[in-house]
Amino acid sequence: MNDEKTPVEPNHTQPDLVPVEDVTVRFAGDSGDGMQLTGAQFSDTVASFGNDLETFPDYPAEIRAPAGSLYGVSGYTIHFSSHDIYTPGDQVDVLVAMNPAALKVNLKDLKKNGAIIVNSDSFDRKNLELAKFESNPLEDGSLSAYNVYPIPITKATLETLKEMNLPLKTAQKCKNFYALGVVYWLYNKSPEYTLGWIEEKFKKKPELIEANTKVLKAGYYFGETTEIFNKRYEVKPAELPKGIYRNLNGNEAVALGLVSAAKRAGLNLFLGSYPITPASEILHYLSGMRQFGVKTFQAEDEIAGITTAIGASFAGNLGATSTSGPGMALKTEAIGLAVIAELPLVIVNVQRGGPSTGLPTKTEQADLFQAMFGRNGECPAPVLAAASPADCFNMTVEAARIAIKYMTPVILLTDGYIGNGSEPWKVIKIEDLPEIPVNFRTDPKDFHPYMRDEKLVRPWVKPGTPGLEHRIGGLEKQHIYGNISYDPENHQLMISQREQKVKNIANDIPELEVIGAKDAELLVLGWGSTFGAIAAAVEAQVEKGRKVCYAHLRYLNPMPKNTGEVVKKYKKVLIPEVNMGQLAKLIKMDYMVNPIQFDKVKGVPFKRSEIEAKIEEILKGN
Amino acid sequence: MSEKTEIKYTAKDFSSGIDVRWCPGCGDFSILAQVQRSFPALVGIDKEKIVFISGIGCSSRYPYYMNTYGFHTIHGRAAAIASGVKTANPELSVWMATGDGDCLSIGGNHFIHLLRRNIDINVLLFNNRIYGLTKGQNSPTSEHGKITKSTPLGNVEYPINPISMAIGVEGTFIARAMDVDAKHLQSLINRAHQHKGTSFIEILQNCVIFNDGAFDFYTLKENREDRVIYIEHEKPMVFGKQKDKAIKLDGFTPKVIDLNDGKHSINDAVVYNEKSKELAYIVSQFTDNPALPMPVGVFVDINYTTFEDDMTAQIAEAKKRFGEGDVNDLLRGNSYWEID
Repeated sequence: MNDEKTPVEPNHTQPDLVPVEDVTVRFAGDSGDGMQLTGAQFSDTVASFGNDLETFPDYPAEIRAPAGSLYGVSGYTIHFSSHDIYTPGDQVDVLVAMNPAALKVNLKDLKKNGAIIVNSDSFDRKNLELAKFESNPLEDGSLSAYNVYPIPITKATLETLKEMNLPLKTAQKCKNFYALGVVYWLYNKSPEYTLGWIEEKFKKKPELIEANTKVLKAGYYFGETTEIFNKRYEVKPAELPKGIYRNLNGNEAVALGLVSAAKRAGLNLFLGSYPITPASEILHYLSGMRQFGVKTFQAEDEIAGITTAIGASFAGNLGATSTSGPGMALKTEAIGLAVIAELPLVIVNVQRGGPSTGLPTKTEQADLFQAMFGRNGECPAPVLAAASPADCFNMTVEAARIAIKYMTPVILLTDGYIGNGSEPWKVIKIEDLPEIPVNFRTDPKDFHPYMRDEKLVRPWVKPGTPGLEHRIGGLEKQHIYGNISYDPENHQLMISQREQKVKNIANDIPELEVIGAKDAELLVLGWGSTFGAIAAAVEAQVEKGRKVCYAHLRYLNPMPKNTGEVVKKYKKVLIPEVNMGQLAKLIKMDYMVNPIQFDKVKGVPFKRSEIEAKIEEILKGN
Repeated sequence: MSEKTEIKYTAKDFSSGIDVRWCPGCGDFSILAQVQRSFPALVGIDKEKIVFISGIGCSSRYPYYMNTYGFHTIHGRAAAIASGVKTANPELSVWMATGDGDCLSIGGNHFIHLLRRNIDINVLLFNNRIYGLTKGQNSPTSEHGKITKSTPLGNVEYPINPISMAIGVEGTFIARAMDVDAKHLQSLINRAHQHKGTSFIEILQNCVIFNDGAFDFYTLKENREDRVIYIEHEKPMVFGKQKDKAIKLDGFTPKVIDLNDGKHSINDAVVYNEKSKELAYIVSQFTDNPALPMPVGVFVDINYTTFEDDMTAQIAEAKKRFGEGDVNDLLRGNSYWEID
């Protein structure tokens, strides 16, 4: 969006609708200003108009950080467009800043000539000081490179509600909807979706329905009746394949994936989990699914989260646990138990910045090494990673399929970026998912707990089955018979079999696909949530004629069979990661190639432009 | 589980037949034998529905010796794993074998939450007041001042009283037995099986190698009747070879009275009540008080709904309110749009 400042003309006709391809809007304010809610409403609305979109919620770890402080700023970015997009947008076209701190923190991401809608009421001395502004940026000319729209949002909100005699705090809380109303008008989106949401949300508090409805409409009408904006923008619906769509974030996608996998396997789902940012929503979503027979167990700690799930799998359920890095560290020993007991289990790690407590609300591809190696002993477990919010659904189903088919715990890595972020998802029918066969052993004839089939998989027996009573456990077991065994040859055999069993999974997953220039000299290899930025960057570079292509790993252990062939085929391999080069080191170790690391650990995802610049830098050197 | 009057098993049916590898003379043998002997008589018991879960420690080898389903897990986590098993399939009869270190030290957190959740699991705590498998360090139930491998100058910690602890975290069935009193232990196993909700039996158990004779003061035949009191619901608290001693409550303070001293009668004795957690707590505090007898028997037997029944009821209620879940509706969600 390119907007130039033009003088306001004194007429009351509606401004022209300017068609634009794509727009990035960011709502920012105090962590108590309702910015996450505002952003979610806006993204659901643009989604319902058929735009493609990617979102990026970014919030502080403090629930209500001190008002007006720089570190208390909460933001929600929505990139929506009339074509297929992969990322939440590098630069912001419109910044809605509810206070000076929100302006200060986010200004660096705003495009030149971008629009700033500010709540001018909040630009008082106290808030300016808290935001460390020496003078008022609305008055000192420092924002002259942007189009600034100061709106007295607080006053307008209170004025709208004055006849309702609400407590001041309640009335003030509605101001985010005023801002939302203005932005709906600016992008020609009807507020209907949010009006419906307000009715549903505040069903039991009619005065809040009235207040929020009035304020949202007042914001919308403000755009319509004042001449502050000289243009409105129209982003036409994207041309997506036919079908039913919904907006889906990664954490909800994991929950839906677990329910769907359990359904296709004919198993009951059990989730053992301990609340942790940014994974708790998985527990929340599944807790509301009792009508699907889902059992959720909010455990006393992370260890009980996974061990209750192991118990449930032993009893014949699909056991799953959800967590983030620090919780994963606590689950380590229990993952080893699931490996040696050879029980199916889905472990979801919504990664965040580490080490230790690290950056709870910020994203990082922090735990690939932990997933691969973070256990005592020779302890192989399959590791999968989702590439986008909606891909969390596919990879969760995959994790469950592999866990059940190979009687093994499977680690699925997502992260805060795609866990909280959302995008449109083409809704599938449960019948379209392949069935996940489960063969509980019931025949006592010649049964032994550690007998293996041709894939080296041992039988799954539900306790309660007559004649198959047996014991399993964390001590090394005798091949076939399952008695405790300290025999040296047996230990070597069992370790080899457990390793081979996981390696065999490479025969059961798709090969790595390469996309981009046919004559590429540079391969950009990624895993997990860097997919959007890499795909967008490489596609843009290919369009500019650069000899570059990309491939994306969704299976990290084992990797697809052709991975070695792919990484050895190109002159150079670039691996951008939101960590210090964990995949790069694995590739180096496994395939003896020397990839170029591109590491970023700032708590935020890669921008497309950063990867493009890196590609250009590398190819220029050729 | 269906009620069965006929006894279809013998003790031998519950033995897995593999060599038992506890030290000769270990108290664990008696506990294993009492479980195997009492199981055939338990009402509604089906061997294939029994699951033994354990953690780590000498006692945690237990599942291997039972011819039932079993899972020997990791240190301290038996309570959590058992919770998962029972929640996933409430039809199973879930038993947990654990020791003082496994249950009260590394697994203390899971244990207290198991009790407060009241999941129908039967916990057998083998309390020998020492770490046996790691060869003789102090445990959370070791006495203050005790010399062990890791406390060569004496233990500077005070022990946990498992019974008081269980009362404090809202246990619904709390009992104590001794490895040496087979009949009494068998009767408590039967009571634990009947109780719906978490049943907790602390078993005073002798470690013949690292803490031999730890309970002799109470449990030796010649000492037992004068130094142990068997508490029973709605019965006066009486003990002694001649049944001539009783417990009287002086306000909150328990005292031993002599029923033959001409000043006291049986009417002065406290009548025990399993439904009173207040009384249970006072009696649990007799433990290790040299002026009072060691209490054994059922301290608490009360009924709350169980975790798994509440969960099952919620599922049934949700299905009634929202209908049997249609996954396709769930996948589509409430807010969707169509592109054609």
